[in-house]
Order: sequence, then C-alpha cells, then structure tokens
Amino acid sequence: MPEFQEKCRVSAIEQLASDVFRLTVHAPLIAGAAHPGQFVMVRVVDGFDPLLRRPFSIHQQFAGGSLKLLFKVIGQGTHILSGLAAGDTISLLGPLGRGFDLACREPVCLIGGGMGIAPLAFLAKRLALSGRDSSLDFVLLGARDGDEVSSLADDFSQLGYTVVPATDDGSLGHHGFIPELLDDVLPAVSRVYSCGPYPMMRTVVAKCQKADVVCQVSLETHMACGLGACLGCTVQGNSGQYVHVCKQGPVFYSGEVAWTE
Amino acid sequence: MDRIIPDNECDLRVNIGRLRLRNPVMTASGTFGYAREFSNLVNLHRLGGIVVKGISLEARPGNPPPRVVETACGMLNAIGLENVGVERFITEKVPFLRNLDCPVVVNILGDSVEEYQQIAHRLNEVDGISALEVNISCPNVKKGGVAFGTVPEMAARVTAAVRKATSLPVIIKLSPNVTDIVQMARAVEEAGADCVSLVNTLIGMAIDPQTRRPKLANVIGGLSGPAIKPVALRMVWQVASNVSIPVIGIGGITTASDALEFLLAGATAIQVGTANFYEPRAAEQIIAGLKNYLHEQKELSICDIIGTVQTG
Repeated sequence: MPEFQEKCRVSAIEQLASDVFRLTVHAPLIAGAAHPGQFVMVRVVDGFDPLLRRPFSIHQQFAGGSLKLLFKVIGQGTHILSGLAAGDTISLLGPLGRGFDLACREPVCLIGGGMGIAPLAFLAKRLALSGRDSSLDFVLLGARDGDEVSSLADDFSQLGYTVVPATDDGSLGHHGFIPELLDDVLPAVSRVYSCGPYPMMRTVVAKCQKADVVCQVSLETHMACGLGACLGCTVQGNSGQYVHVCKQGPVFYSGEVAWTE
Repeated sequence: MDRIIPDNECDLRVNIGRLRLRNPVMTASGTFGYAREFSNLVNLHRLGGIVVKGISLEARPGNPPPRVVETACGMLNAIGLENVGVERFITEKVPFLRNLDCPVVVNILGDSVEEYQQIAHRLNEVDGISALEVNISCPNVKKGGVAFGTVPEMAARVTAAVRKATSLPVIIKLSPNVTDIVQMARAVEEAGADCVSLVNTLIGMAIDPQTRRPKLANVIGGLSGPAIKPVALRMVWQVASNVSIPVIGIGGITTASDALEFLLAGATAIQVGTANFYEPRAAEQIIAGLKNYLHEQKELSICDIIGTVQTG
C-alpha cells in the first residue's frame, strides 16, 4: 500500500457551522492512492506545540488531486487548523489504514454522527460511481442541529441518495438520535457503514447484529504516528486481544472489536 | 534548500566499539516499529542504524488504552512493552531487516536476569543483527518490581549476564529516573557493557480535570519528545565525561542542531525517537544537516567535533 508525505497547499477553508470547518488541500499523491475510509495524519504547526500529527479521515477526494477534511474545533490542534487560509501549506501523511470494503451490490445504509459523517461522503461518492442504483441506498446523518448537517446532507443528495437527517434539537429532520430510525431501514438493506460517537455506533452494531445485517464501522482513537509504530491507538478486539486502529483499522467489521458499556 | 554536500567532502562515519556506522544517526527503539512501517516514507538504507521495538522472550499484549497522551512539547506513553516475542520476531521481522543496508540493533527486555540472558543467547545465533541494546528500565519481577535500571548492582548483573550470552556488541540503555546517572553508567561499564545509550523516557503523569482521572489508563507513563531534551543532554554530558565507553545520546532530538548538541556533549552517535512520529524524515534531515554543519565549519570528520563542548 503506497503512503506519501506531502507538503500541501490549502486551496480553501469553509466554515459550515460556528465550530465546524472544511479544509481543501492539494495533495495529488495521497488523493491518487486514497480509498474511502482511509485517513491522513496532519502536522498542525512546524514547531513543537502541539507536537503530534492529528488523524483525520478523508472526507472527500477529487480526481484533480484535492482532498477535503472535515473537522470540529475541539482542542488546540483543530483551533489552529481553523485559522488556516488559502495559500498556507501543511504537511500530510497518507493515505493510511484499512478503508471500507465496497464489495456489496445490494442496497446499503450509511450512518454518520457528527464529524463521523466525514468518511462517509468519500464512500458515498465511490459507491455512487460504481454503477449501483443509489436511490435504493439510505444515508442517515445525525448532528447537533441543522446548521451542522444541512450542507453535508446536500452533498449526499446530489449523488442520488435518500438522505434522512436527525438533530438533537429537532431543527432539521428527525428530532432525536439516528439509531431510532434504523428499525425501519434495516429490512431494506444488506450492509451498514457507520462512523460516529461510540454510543451511537454501539447501538447501530447491536441492531445490525439482531437483524443479521453486515456492519462496518470506522473507529477514532488517540494515536501518535498513524503508521503502526507507536502502538498507542489500541482498542479491545473481539476475543480479548488488542487491535490497532491505525493499521488494522480504522475500519473494522463490527464483530472484530469488543463493544462495551 | 541547502546544497547537497557530496559524501567525499565530509566524513560522518563513527564507531561504537566494533559496530561501524556510516553516520551517527540511528532511530530509537519503540518509535520506529520494526522499520518496515516506515519503508514507504524513509530511505532506510541511508540511516546510521535502526534500533527495533523492544523484544521479550514471550509476546506481550501491552497495557489497556488510553496508552498515549500529548503534553506540552512532548508525549506520555504507557504502551506496556507490547511486542511479538523473540520467536515471531525472528521468523516474521528479521527477514526484512536482514536485507537492509544499515546495522540493525535489537532492543531486548525481561522480567528477570535469566530472561535477559535467554533472549540474548537466542538472538546471538540469528543472522542480520549487529548489536543488542538492553532496556533495563523494566521492573525486576523477582525482586519486588524495582526497575533494574535504578539499582547499580542489578543493572550490573543484567549487563554481565547479557555480556556472557552473546558475542554481539552490548549497548545498555539507561533510565534517567535515578539520582546519579554516572553511577549507573560506571556500574554497567565495569560489568562489560560496550556502550551506553541514554536516556529512556522520564516517568510522568497527566490528569483530566473534568473527569478527575489520569489521562493514561496505566496512570503514569514515560515522557518523551523535545520537552526532555535539556535533561537528556545534561545526563549525556555527565556520563560521557565520566566513562570511557562510547555514549549514544537520546532525548527529544528532532533537528541537526539538536543532534549536534549531543555530539558536542560527548555522544558518539544519537537516536531519533518521538520525532519519527511527527516527522518521519527527521533522521534523514539530520544526516543532511550534519553534513552541512561539517562543511560550514570546515571540519573533515564528525569525529572531530564529538565531545568538543567548551565548558571551561
């Protein structure tokens, strides 16, 4: 699997909500090799504080060599990233990790919560371009409020997907949580792709298991390198062993990892 | 971009006892995996040496997560010495390492003197290994869990046992979590070490005020990165001034300037550690930077600057 370190020019930064940003960078080598579900490690500053690169899943990829990254301002790293402007340069490593398995001809459901929506946009585009009937697929997107999710939902709609939003405050779509919508959708699909907060994914995984629907999840953890060297990004595997999110993931079949309260 | 200085204009070769390095820049154990992890991003053949992830007799699963946390200009880790064990290391990792045009040093660890001795003996028969680096920061399970590396007599016993079990050069990696690092270095020198490398991580801690819980599941962990560089440099200088075996400097080295500080303080070689995580090409950049320095200073060999800090 090819991996590259690229000094990338920022071509745009969009503010999608008060604390949600989308960064477009020119990274032709990484973009050319990227598969949906893979991630990049971003060096936020040239100096030593913050020290470590930040992992971001690839939100969108374009044939012209651009990548989009989606993030919410949470800490020091994302705060600095939100202040980037077109023309700035940042260092990216990627594409890293194991992405989604796309080999499914039957209808599928994409379930994203919050910034977990990020990798699903790339996945949706790749699936839509594979010649399937996207109108039979479902996209369920959960967010805090309508501002956070509306423009992201448009990206999926434009690809021909049926998009169902759910918001914590009821300002757009279903008032409540995504898993509440799942019972109606699962009988119509044979595979679920999910990324989002751990409690959301745990519920999604439990419902998929009950309905005998294959489920792939993209996990997020702290990691120092993204390359399989630091061994810091551990989660509990299904049979007591540890698995590493950066190499064995970030996308796992739901049965490969342990789901705990 | 600096001009690339041809190799014949400056000599970066150094010797660690019998171990000959084409340049003094190595990668530190635990920060470079088994080298293959970096093969897409780094020209491994250019490195002075590679120290692979610490190996124990049996495979170890490591600690529960979270295992890493970022701190100001550094990071804490409590990986828990996760590794595949010596037999899988030999069958799965050594074939790749053997084909590298660069010396491979295997870092070893154990819970008892006997374990260190057994693993050293096992690796002695394996082709493709240039030296052993002994991690003595592990707790001695048989002696109440006190780290080998904090008691001079225990460090000396491990050193002597490994020395006896192998014909390879033996590097002892010293813990900085001691009152007198020179005493430790002298103890392992007398016990037969060919070289000392220092420092391992400094024990630290971080707490989340919101949850009132430690940020690491293991509660405490090892601090590394630029934050520890001044402490490491001081210890390297003290040890290099007081032992006659070569010293390898480790601790927060990211740039050629950092590396030069350690060489001037008396280190014969250096290891790049945490920097591999955030700048995988750090070691290669340091090699290029050292060449430039020699050129600018009109020095012919890197050996001519080792230990030349003017403290008087």
